[in-house]
Amino acid sequence: MKGFLEKNKWGLIIFIAFVAFTIASFILNIQAGKDIYKKNFVLFIREMLFFLPFMFILIGLADVWISKDKVEKNIGEGSNIKGTVFVILLSMLQAGPLYSAFPVAYLLWKKGTSVRNIFIYIGAFSTLKLPLLMFEIGFLGWKFSILRSLITLPIIILIALIMERYLKNKNFEINNV
Amino acid sequence: MEVLIILTFIAIAYSWFVDKEKTKQGLSAGVIMFLNILPTILVVIVLISVILYFLPNETIVHSFGKSAGFFGYLLAAVVGAIALIPGFIAYPLAGTLLSNGVSYPVVAVFISTLLMVGVITLPLEAKYFGLKVALIRNSLYFIGAIIIGLIIGLIM
Repeated sequence: MKGFLEKNKWGLIIFIAFVAFTIASFILNIQAGKDIYKKNFVLFIREMLFFLPFMFILIGLADVWISKDKVEKNIGEGSNIKGTVFVILLSMLQAGPLYSAFPVAYLLWKKGTSVRNIFIYIGAFSTLKLPLLMFEIGFLGWKFSILRSLITLPIIILIALIMERYLKNKNFEINNV
Repeated sequence: MEVLIILTFIAIAYSWFVDKEKTKQGLSAGVIMFLNILPTILVVIVLISVILYFLPNETIVHSFGKSAGFFGYLLAAVVGAIALIPGFIAYPLAGTLLSNGVSYPVVAVFISTLLMVGVITLPLEAKYFGLKVALIRNSLYFIGAIIIGLIIGLIM
């Protein structure tokens, strides 16, 4: 508990300041403070709280059930193109904002996924998710959407290769925060 | 969203049925991970809420609507990198941009940095990857997004 407070000192200070400001805004009738809370904060906190706890529970369960050997063999260092295709398909079936990919990346890393596949996962997750693509097609047209996806995929792979190259022999770790 | 919640309960039920001990371990690991990241997430939400108040989405997006050429690309990239707009709001906005005469490549750059680069969520990303790796990843995607726009400009 003490370590927790110590580690998150600044975060807690900012959050408490925000809470104090919000309460003051409602008492003193400051429109800006009320708007920030009602129009923005509530919206984002709701999205986050309905989403993240469930996602972390799934990650926790995946952690105890998925064997490291299997992950290492299929999408670890030295795995082939099939592993990469699997990672891309996995990421496409998900939903959620970019930051929700990071805890999954931690799990992938812990189970022995290669650096390349981890970064391919993050890239594909951020832009090629199917629920998002459906939305994109609806508003921007299928031609644009498919073209953008087809151009984005090689760039994602290229960036993953650059990251792999850069992190080689650097003992890259993803922290369990 | 609902799918995730249902899936989680099915997973818990199934896991419990197979092995209670392992399920307990998994659940507590998940809860601890969530609680550990919660302070950082709260800060990010506070920051987003305050920034969005002073710079509403519509204002941000329309700011690069009129600029053309490479500067237009760059501005779209910067705006997308900083903004944190969920997809279900971003796409209708992008649709409006298109009908207002903004080109497809510029919209592609904006959508790409919006989805792949996260300046506001950088503190969160740095907690997992370390600041240096997070900065490199975001920079590479920033450049990548502009390249995506340039290629789309050549084709469309």
